[in-house]
Amino acid sequence: MSVSAMGVVEDPSAAAVPEEMRGARILCEALVREGVDTIFGYPGGAVLHIYDELVNMRGQLRHVLSRHEQGAVHMAEGYAKATGKTGVALVTSGPGATNAVTGIANAFMDSTPLVVISGQVPRKLLGTDAFQEIDTIGITRPCTKYNYLVRDVREIASVVKEAFHIASTGRPGPVLIDIPKDVTAEKAPFVYPEKVALPGYNENRLGDPRAVKRAVESMLAAERPILYVGGGVIHANGGAELLELAEKLHIPVTPTLMGLGCFPTGHPLCLGMLGMHGMYWANMAISDSDLIIGIGVRFDDRVTGALEKFAPHAEVIHVDVDPASINKNVRAHHSIVGDARSVMGQMIDLLPDAPDAERLAPWWRQIDEWKQHAPLSYERSDAVIKPQHLCEEVYRLTKGEAIIATDVGQHQMWLAQYYRFKGPRQSLTSGGLGTMGYGFPAALGAQIAMPDRQVIAFVGDGGFQMTAQELATAVQTKANVKVIILNNMYLGMVRQWQEIFYDRAYSEVDMLCQPNFVKLAEAYGAVGLRALYPSELSDVLERGLATPGCVVMDIVVAAEENVYPMIPPGAGLKEMVLR
Amino acid sequence: MRHTLSILVENRPGELARIVNLFSARGFNIESLTVAETLDRNVSHISIVTVGDDKTIEQITKQVDKQVRVLQVRDVSSLKHIEREMAFINVAVGPGAARQEVLNLASVFGAKLLEINEEGLILEVTGEWSKVWGLVQQLEPLGVREIVRSGVLAITSLSERSAEQQSRAVDEAAD
Repeated sequence: MSVSAMGVVEDPSAAAVPEEMRGARILCEALVREGVDTIFGYPGGAVLHIYDELVNMRGQLRHVLSRHEQGAVHMAEGYAKATGKTGVALVTSGPGATNAVTGIANAFMDSTPLVVISGQVPRKLLGTDAFQEIDTIGITRPCTKYNYLVRDVREIASVVKEAFHIASTGRPGPVLIDIPKDVTAEKAPFVYPEKVALPGYNENRLGDPRAVKRAVESMLAAERPILYVGGGVIHANGGAELLELAEKLHIPVTPTLMGLGCFPTGHPLCLGMLGMHGMYWANMAISDSDLIIGIGVRFDDRVTGALEKFAPHAEVIHVDVDPASINKNVRAHHSIVGDARSVMGQMIDLLPDAPDAERLAPWWRQIDEWKQHAPLSYERSDAVIKPQHLCEEVYRLTKGEAIIATDVGQHQMWLAQYYRFKGPRQSLTSGGLGTMGYGFPAALGAQIAMPDRQVIAFVGDGGFQMTAQELATAVQTKANVKVIILNNMYLGMVRQWQEIFYDRAYSEVDMLCQPNFVKLAEAYGAVGLRALYPSELSDVLERGLATPGCVVMDIVVAAEENVYPMIPPGAGLKEMVLR
Repeated sequence: MRHTLSILVENRPGELARIVNLFSARGFNIESLTVAETLDRNVSHISIVTVGDDKTIEQITKQVDKQVRVLQVRDVSSLKHIEREMAFINVAVGPGAARQEVLNLASVFGAKLLEINEEGLILEVTGEWSKVWGLVQQLEPLGVREIVRSGVLAITSLSERSAEQQSRAVDEAAD
């Protein structure tokens, strides 16, 4: 198309003809239209055309080469969790897709917006047990929000558009697009749709105003209310609304593991995390409350303990964007389907300016008594590094401002207890699926998204060994990511359960044969440091956090330390074991 | 308690599998299942008969409704509705008194005789699930060899539809 001196477009009909391009290019162009700047992936036969196109897209689409597809998906998750944008992963057919499944399932359980693109064998080979063919759609159906098999090159653009819409709206989650190799080679005109047509899909933004009004009436009348808040507040970017809501009501706030940081941990209204390894007073408060205001939570079994003993006297308000989360585990007296931020906004509009502090004074006195009764504590030591002390030191040195990713287990719980996250999108953890090996690649993905932030993978020695090969990715991308290994030479949480519930009959939890993590880091071209004694801890952490590039800090901690307090399985929240 | 769910879903490959998978993954039980296109060929209608307490049915309904391509889910058992099931019943009775009894039962239940020979006969019966099941039970001691059932079809009553329209109008007026 050419423009005349008058600035008038000549021959508009020629300009309107869309350009023909092959499917692989259409895919890349569509990703760019969706604002994608980074793809985490691993090449293979079925995605060769796409990788060929990525050469032409350099400058617009950055590709990060992982060392395992699980790592690629976790990186995309870390990227998504830290930024709030949709993460993108690209894998090949067969083993590429099956390796990605752990990451996809992890994103599904933790409601992380993700678009995963997998290659597939050419259409004429579908269903023939061809080389590297697997029914990726069938395998991922139960762990994706939706998935697509693209059978026609002309569908690619609209499928990508829909996939991003589905992944990022409502309750976010992973969407998989499976594309046969020949579809990426065929040509079609590139037309990017402006809208999606999904008549059966509901984003559920605003809550029913009548239900909100009734809920607010209960909130203003309750004598022992508590705000129980989770990941839904973070997904909806509702931190500011939550702060305003809590302050206007002057009521205690207890976040779930997935909600850490959605309310500032140091705020006087914040009780800290509740649940199995949560704060004693938070569990006592929710148990004795007369009104639970659950926002963006799902009354998970790790939070409620034995359901029949859960908060017997409480009226329950449940706000969630996913209607299926409401009344699933705990019956709600007020069901409000809507996005956490919008509904909190609706609630705030109905509140008086000043809270009725007098009405709530006895409740706060009771909570303070519980705090005095069983503060969070551990036995200090000069001989060995206590894992809790390690968490406190990491907190002190990063002032609560770091982005920290964890796996699952003891290290995850200690960090949740002792690291006082200041804001949302700082805590990246595998909450629902409980995936070992998530933390390091997730931290790497977050670091790549946010090169100026301090990002730490806080992992156990067991979990780190599941995805440690991503050290190569970290060094290759020159990422500043730091790894802190809480090294107790055990699969600590399994060991703790064997100690407590199986008479200390340790079965296959001993990780005594492990690599020298310092040398392992060095072998990959990263920096390795180790602390064996409490006297070395601060120095190693300070140096490690300040050293540019990828640094692995191996912190050898007390081997048989247990996470307390704890609710034994089958017990109620008030039956917490303090130590 | 038995519930009949009526589901409208976009007619695309894999959508039925998605719904059936969901039932098995979440431990919900499917007693019968029928699927066919509707007037609009882009939409399929699925009737599922399932068993569960109110809480389970609420979860099932919500989980199905949450699916991206599901347009509508109704628990028609909670509405005024019509339910029918069809069954073919193969009865192994040769000529004689037993055969006469089978034919008498067939006429009482309004069943049609489709085939008959020296060894037996095939009946077709249509009706509510309880009626079809009633005939099968009556015939069982007489030598039922095989039954093939269609699964339950359900449609909401005309009166229910007009009641629904009325309540929608009231809601809109209130807003």
